[in-house]
Amino acid sequence: MHTFGPGPLEPPQFVRVGEKQRQPVRIVVNGQSVEALAGDTVLVAVLTTRGSLRRSEFGDGDRAGFCLMGACQDCWLWTSDGRRIRSCTTTVAEGLSVVTHPPDNIWPAPA
Amino acid sequence: MSAADVVVIGGGIVGTAATLFLQRRGLSVILLERGLIGQQASGVSFANVRRHTRPLHQLPLAQRSYDSWMRLSSLIGDTCEFRQVGNLAVTYGNAQLEHWEQYVRAARDYGLELEILDPLRLRTRFPYLSKNIAAGLFSPKDGHANPRLLVPAISRAAEREGARIVLNAEVTSIDRNADRFDVAVGGHAEYRAPIVLIAAGAWAGKFVAALDGPVPLFASGPQLGVTEPLPYRIGPTISVFADRVPERIYLRQVERGNIVFGGGDRGPASTETNRASVLPTNTLGQITQLQRLVPALSTANVIRVWSGIEGYLPDALPVMGASSRVRGLYYAFGFSGSGFQLGLGVGDVLSELICTGHTDVPLCQYDIRRFQPATPKSAPGSTRPS
Amino acid sequence: MAGPRIVVVGAGPAGVRAAERLVESGLKPIVFDEACSCGGQIYRRQPGSFTRSYAELYGADADRAKSIHAAFDRILPSVDYRPNTTVWNISGNELFTAADRQGRVVEFDAAILATGATDRMAPVRGWTLPGVYSLGGAQIALKAQACGIGSKIALLGTGPLLYLVACQYSKAGIDVQAVLDTAPLPAQLLATRQLLAKPGLLMRGVHLRLRLMSKGIPVHNGVRSPEIVGPERVTGVRWRGADGTSESVDADAVALGFHVRSEAQLADLAGCPFSFDEQMRQWRPDCDATGRTPRPGIYLAGDCIRILGGHAAEIAGRLAAISAMADHGIVTAAREAAVLTRRLRSYQRFQKALTNAFPWPEAEIRKLPDDVIVCRCEAITAGELRKAAVVMGAAELNRAKAFSRVGMGRCQGRYCASAAAQILSDARNLPLEAVGRIRTQAPVKPLTIALERVES
Repeated sequence: MHTFGPGPLEPPQFVRVGEKQRQPVRIVVNGQSVEALAGDTVLVAVLTTRGSLRRSEFGDGDRAGFCLMGACQDCWLWTSDGRRIRSCTTTVAEGLSVVTHPPDNIWPAPA
Repeated sequence: MSAADVVVIGGGIVGTAATLFLQRRGLSVILLERGLIGQQASGVSFANVRRHTRPLHQLPLAQRSYDSWMRLSSLIGDTCEFRQVGNLAVTYGNAQLEHWEQYVRAARDYGLELEILDPLRLRTRFPYLSKNIAAGLFSPKDGHANPRLLVPAISRAAEREGARIVLNAEVTSIDRNADRFDVAVGGHAEYRAPIVLIAAGAWAGKFVAALDGPVPLFASGPQLGVTEPLPYRIGPTISVFADRVPERIYLRQVERGNIVFGGGDRGPASTETNRASVLPTNTLGQITQLQRLVPALSTANVIRVWSGIEGYLPDALPVMGASSRVRGLYYAFGFSGSGFQLGLGVGDVLSELICTGHTDVPLCQYDIRRFQPATPKSAPGSTRPS
Repeated sequence: MAGPRIVVVGAGPAGVRAAERLVESGLKPIVFDEACSCGGQIYRRQPGSFTRSYAELYGADADRAKSIHAAFDRILPSVDYRPNTTVWNISGNELFTAADRQGRVVEFDAAILATGATDRMAPVRGWTLPGVYSLGGAQIALKAQACGIGSKIALLGTGPLLYLVACQYSKAGIDVQAVLDTAPLPAQLLATRQLLAKPGLLMRGVHLRLRLMSKGIPVHNGVRSPEIVGPERVTGVRWRGADGTSESVDADAVALGFHVRSEAQLADLAGCPFSFDEQMRQWRPDCDATGRTPRPGIYLAGDCIRILGGHAAEIAGRLAAISAMADHGIVTAAREAAVLTRRLRSYQRFQKALTNAFPWPEAEIRKLPDDVIVCRCEAITAGELRKAAVVMGAAELNRAKAFSRVGMGRCQGRYCASAAAQILSDARNLPLEAVGRIRTQAPVKPLTIALERVES
């Protein structure tokens, strides 16, 4: 059983400053429906609704990405069917379901 | 000129362990390492602490080594992440099974308890394994350790026992004069001892050639890699036994979560350039085999690959023991990618051999004479080891 | 028979101009791009669904951005463009790519590596907290996603980007609480004469600073002992002023950065030798003035060699393309190359001046407390690194990495190696050059185990 800590940070970290008239794209984050906008990265979709992306493996708390250009590798998340995605370089797609912790049913899944 | 009872050449696991055990037996040792301690094969090793699947003749040595692994903390003051999580050999087909059953029976005589696991038991205990695995051979008390930390820790323990460790000291010649050796570093004779142990790994060849004649030692590069951290779930080291070399991969998970893997086709390594590399096509091959062995690993990323310079002999067995020609000269090299678990035992046994003149652990399989043309029994001037 | 196979890795200003120059001579290069569209970081294109103008996005660089994008759009029918593709390794005359979950091996006769750069980072207490982003990242949030990294931001570090991003955020209507520059004001004034190597760029910098002042945004120079305050996410920044007084500011986000560092990993894997640049106090891959390296078939262009900025990268791209073609018998454009080489030199003088004006915070790193995280991927502290140096005897960066795990994480040292080298050299009392640099190991970016090899 994976413990994820006290729960996602509130309020959202990122603030939209424009381009709000875009098509909505519905994704799922940790089982909860989130409305993103077409062209959002997964990172933006998550951080416009909560304050962090994931929990550090090494006990120093939550992380919320850093470089936004695919260099720091601090923003990797999972899809709920077990793929790894780098959230700052992945664009949202309708129906995408991501989780912010290693999905228990995938790792280590019975073969 | 510095003198000691023993000069050890080579600061990998074998050289440092021998140094430690010799000092503990009361001999003074100078260890000469051409670079930094544990920088080569020992430091980049997959670090499997494995007894099972070794040739039966090697089990006494492996068991002796096991005794040292079991008291590692008191021996060197550090466990270097040694974990007795077990070692699991697996196959996709049943061809190995009969051999394994024989091996299990024979290994018991050496004090090694093993289990054969059928697919049902494999799936229960190790549910992440491919359902195409047909059989497993499990050694519950084997394990793995951290190779980057271990050899420097042995070296520090040896220093605490009084050993002198000299770094960046490339030996240029070893000359026997009367009853002692003069060992030159950088062209100048600087170290003197009645006993020399050559534990120089892939670099041993040129010394051996001058003293005992050439041996067919060659350098080869292990192909290793590591994943990002994943939740810690895989206990034992897992290695695939297969006919085809590319399928023979192995992996282990550390508690921080990374999975270290290796195996398959080997890569280029050179003692001329002191470089070894991982062939990108080998990484691709390993990835395919990893997907196959643990399908859930497809969710993970490889973040780094590395190689090293290992010394191999054609029969995949080391040269270990006394020189056949020069009194006071001993060898321990050419462990052919299987030396990590043995290293402590090799050091222990060599110290015993050097100090007392004999050891209970059979070493005849590792005699250097197997590479020498047969010598006439009464050749004049030949020196026999004492 | 087809001409030599020349490939370009990277589609920022250097890669685009290299590809353009190759097409001009009738070649059809493969262009690999990690991103989904050209422009690199500096001229990153916004998603198709966005509507902002070039002026809004790129400010003073709007014309250049437009020109780069238009140039690539124009040559697109003549190139084999492979977006969303990472080149994870290069060996001999092959490069190894990963696109989604497909792996390919691509042979080449010449490869122009235009792999760009990222922010150079110095760790400060709290820099791993949610809400801290690199300056480049803060800029990308705004430029490419129309988002601010927070609603009340502080900017901390040094370099011209500090001021540019502050202005961009202010213009976007986000509350900029303070600009905290570790560079002492005297350093900047002293460097002004050298900065005149590029008067236009100098004026831009002055203009940015004036704009911040006109908006009442506090700009502090000579900031010492900065700390980002948590505990669970950014709540503020504390520091000591140049005169030693304790200061602080509230914030919910921090943009952090200390200049820019080259992404030279592929050059390293390709076997390019590196040399320590005494002036810039960093390692860089060896190449001639046109980007030709000692490795046959390998050419470098742009910020991946040394940081000269986007304008210089365009020139470097063309130069590398000319050299690659010249070496493979396609063109002899000696005069064109000479003109371009001369133009590049003024950018080198300007960059050196920038380094003087905005020095790397050596003193700050030296006194970093033991409990501050240096390697963010592995959460390794300065103290653990110092222990590897002093107790375990590591006197060289790769050895220190082996003992402490610094640089072993997913980013492979991108964001910790600079500071780690500094800390190591201080701990062992060795010159910076003596501790070396982290040896690149493949893959250049994390490589999925789900990869399936397909034919090129």
